[in-house]
Amino acid sequence: MTTLAPAPTPVALRRRIELSIDGEAVTVAEGTTILQACRTLGIEVPTLCYLETLAPVNVCRVCVVEVEGSRALVPSCSRPVAPGMVVRTGSERVRTSRRMVLELLASSVDLSTAGGDVHRWIDEYGANADRHGPAGGPTARDRAHAGHHEASAVGEAATVAQVVKRDNDQYVRDYSKCILCYKCVEACGEEAQNTFAIAVAGRGFDARISTEFDVALPDSACVYCGNCIGVCPTGALMFVSEHDLRASGEWDESRQEVTRTVCPYCGVGCNLELHVQDNRIVKVTSPLDHDVTRGNLCVKGRFGFEFAQGG
Amino acid sequence: MDLRTIDASPSAEERLAVDSVLGAPESGWFGGERTPLDGHVAIGGLSLAESRRHLLLPALHALQARVGSISPAGLGYLATRLDLPPAEAYGVASAYALFSFEPTPSVVVHVCDDVACRAAAGGDPTDELAQRHGPAGSGTAVTWWPSPCLGHCEHGSAALVQVAGVRGGRGSIAPFAIGDMDRLVAMGAELDVEDLAVPLALVPQAGAGSTRLLRRVGQVDPASLDSYRAAGGYRSLRRALDLGPAGVIAELKDAKLLGRGGAAFPTGAKWEAVARNPLRPHYFVANADESEPGTFKDRVLLDHDPYALIEALTIAGITTGAEKGFVYLRGEYPVAARRLEHAAAEARNRGLLGVDVMGSGLTFDLEVRQGAGAYIAGEETALFNSLEGRRPEPRNKPPYPVDRGLFDKPTGVNNVETLLSVLDILAVGAAAYAAIGTPDSTGTRLFCLSGRVEHPGLYEVPMGTTLGALLEMAGGVAGGRPLRAVLMGGAAGSFVGPGDLDLPLSFEGVRAAGTTLGSGVVVVLDDTVDTTAFVGRIAQFFRDESCGQCVPCRVGTQRQEEILGRLAAGRPLGSVDDELALLADLDQVMRDASICGLGQTASSVVMSALRRGLIGNGAPQGNGRNP
Repeated sequence: MTTLAPAPTPVALRRRIELSIDGEAVTVAEGTTILQACRTLGIEVPTLCYLETLAPVNVCRVCVVEVEGSRALVPSCSRPVAPGMVVRTGSERVRTSRRMVLELLASSVDLSTAGGDVHRWIDEYGANADRHGPAGGPTARDRAHAGHHEASAVGEAATVAQVVKRDNDQYVRDYSKCILCYKCVEACGEEAQNTFAIAVAGRGFDARISTEFDVALPDSACVYCGNCIGVCPTGALMFVSEHDLRASGEWDESRQEVTRTVCPYCGVGCNLELHVQDNRIVKVTSPLDHDVTRGNLCVKGRFGFEFAQGG
Repeated sequence: MDLRTIDASPSAEERLAVDSVLGAPESGWFGGERTPLDGHVAIGGLSLAESRRHLLLPALHALQARVGSISPAGLGYLATRLDLPPAEAYGVASAYALFSFEPTPSVVVHVCDDVACRAAAGGDPTDELAQRHGPAGSGTAVTWWPSPCLGHCEHGSAALVQVAGVRGGRGSIAPFAIGDMDRLVAMGAELDVEDLAVPLALVPQAGAGSTRLLRRVGQVDPASLDSYRAAGGYRSLRRALDLGPAGVIAELKDAKLLGRGGAAFPTGAKWEAVARNPLRPHYFVANADESEPGTFKDRVLLDHDPYALIEALTIAGITTGAEKGFVYLRGEYPVAARRLEHAAAEARNRGLLGVDVMGSGLTFDLEVRQGAGAYIAGEETALFNSLEGRRPEPRNKPPYPVDRGLFDKPTGVNNVETLLSVLDILAVGAAAYAAIGTPDSTGTRLFCLSGRVEHPGLYEVPMGTTLGALLEMAGGVAGGRPLRAVLMGGAAGSFVGPGDLDLPLSFEGVRAAGTTLGSGVVVVLDDTVDTTAFVGRIAQFFRDESCGQCVPCRVGTQRQEEILGRLAAGRPLGSVDDELALLADLDQVMRDASICGLGQTASSVVMSALRRGLIGNGAPQGNGRNP
């Protein structure tokens, strides 16, 4: 961390590793992860906490695969391939764990604004949240003390439901939709912004994303870059504009047009994707595959668009 | 780093608490008086912050002990001193049960209601307490909370007392009766933890010639290095220096020592891997975060024979090329903390720690660090994170600690009992050691007997001794009642039944029987114990102690507890078979897809109880007190 990392060896010069995935032999460069190797074969592996632009934290466990010789299943997003590795991505063990991870999340988190893939996987793997019981109501999760136990009512499935946090004009935090993928913490911290306004607090089922002592964002270190929104997979973090349009039932992606442009503020040249509905900018994102920004923006690029629509 | 800090001034007490660990602030950059010079230099940066971060946990302990809670201003000052983002400091602190973030009564009594004490009490040990002193968390000067296992299981009841103030700290009371609580309430803030009597250890074999690991317990003065040396202490270090690292490792391999922490990894191979790793520096850690419910062996050893661990860790350090070692001691063991600190200081004064260990020219020193109420911190990689001042979350393995452990450097880590076994191997020689026990499980093993047994306590027997023989040594089931089940290995273990008394207590013996030695837990349950409630407490334990990092364990332990609650209440969701299918699915995903051993074993006892009919209709009705 104190010195600059040496430039990575170009992929073409790296040692080639041969392995087998679902019975098919594949050769990839050393350092490739199992997930990347699967993708070269066109095998779909579901992921939730993984994002190309962040170091894998392998916490959601939905990407697990079976590796011969390994007692437990292995997170494909972070495990590098090894010579002779025998990987199975569709075995009964793998499917059961993926189904249960999806089921556990669906039974405890509001996934209504999660991406379409999540709902497709829930169907494909046959995850059934209902068998855990009717969902429990909101609780004061930010006040939970580690180790102090509050058993949920018999018959109820505890959830992470809680009051929406709306304490600034830029974005809303609805942690009832949080799957604790750690991406926002990574993006706020060393992986992108180096602001460190949020961290995981508490533990176990009571673990949550929090500022220090759960202070409101304006009292925290937050600089409103919105990079946390950019990486959030479930819509727990959302533009105020999107949140309000959804609340009023007006949000309609089929009526939206996305225009790629360059941020007008400074000379860096960050690319913007302006999401426009009814001739109003309703959201701004940044392309992940852009080599300057890798999806990240600052407060001006992300939220400074009102001038373009007359205030 | 250009960090935004908490905008509140710490109290004088909070400053003193933090400064007692970190010293006075060097400059205005770190929370001191801002001088004109501070405006001309910039000090900070990530590497500086990283180099200080390991002091976070000790400083949090100081704040909690002196002030009784961690306030925004106190945490803000600490974060500024360490150049650490306040949100991260809060994230770390809030993962531990022994820190509070709201004003709290100055005396907090944590009362064990975990499996061993529950079995001994024949019900919830806190029922009477709640009736007499109000529900958990009530009280203005003195309050109480139920606690997971406090490691005094042989007494059948225990409390950890946390006192805030200038002389604040923690003390233990075991056994703990309702009268003790009355006395604590009467004393209130006048209580000084140093005045609390040191709990006794029940070691029925004490003084018997047949013991090895226990031979000094009760026989030496735990505060006297001379007493330890007179009992043969430091001869093993002398021998280790004579043998050299390769010789010591060869002895361990010949002795076939397997780790006693639960995973049974060959100790010689582990030490060799660290010693051979070209990356420097190396570290060695003694894992004394004994928190497995029903386990108290390390507490007995550390309270009564603290020099043994200091000597053993020194041998581990010089053998593996580590110049720095840590003892990571659970925060619930305040007596062991004081005695280990004293032992280390005396060893340092006598040239047995430091720059020239025993005149060898080799350097090794150690620090005692205390946990703060987190079972997961006993998982070796979570332990490293805890020592480093990060959240006690396990790391994904590989890489393994021998390659990248503490501070990302090659690290050896062993349980206390394993390290003390090394002393014995060097004292008697590998061949003599390997002659004890079975060919594949050499030496002796400590067993923590608790629950409904006639003479609870810590026992040492050769590996391969049968469960029945061990129970017989302890006088059998209390009052001669029928044996219903024995919990082996702790919350992460499994049950055996009355028909398993010929089970050989060796690694291979228990493996063949589908159970585990784990940390040597043997909790005896007779026909009066409500086994449904007993298993429910274990499910609650995992729900409370999961770090929350991965989905299978975070949500799975919650769901498992809910199902057991429904079964205990006789209100299954759908049919009982539906519930059992759900438990089986939870078992599979937690075992297969959790990051660490906690999640991978969180369903072990539940599944074992189901197989043995210990849940639901097999259990006695009512609270189990009246057979």
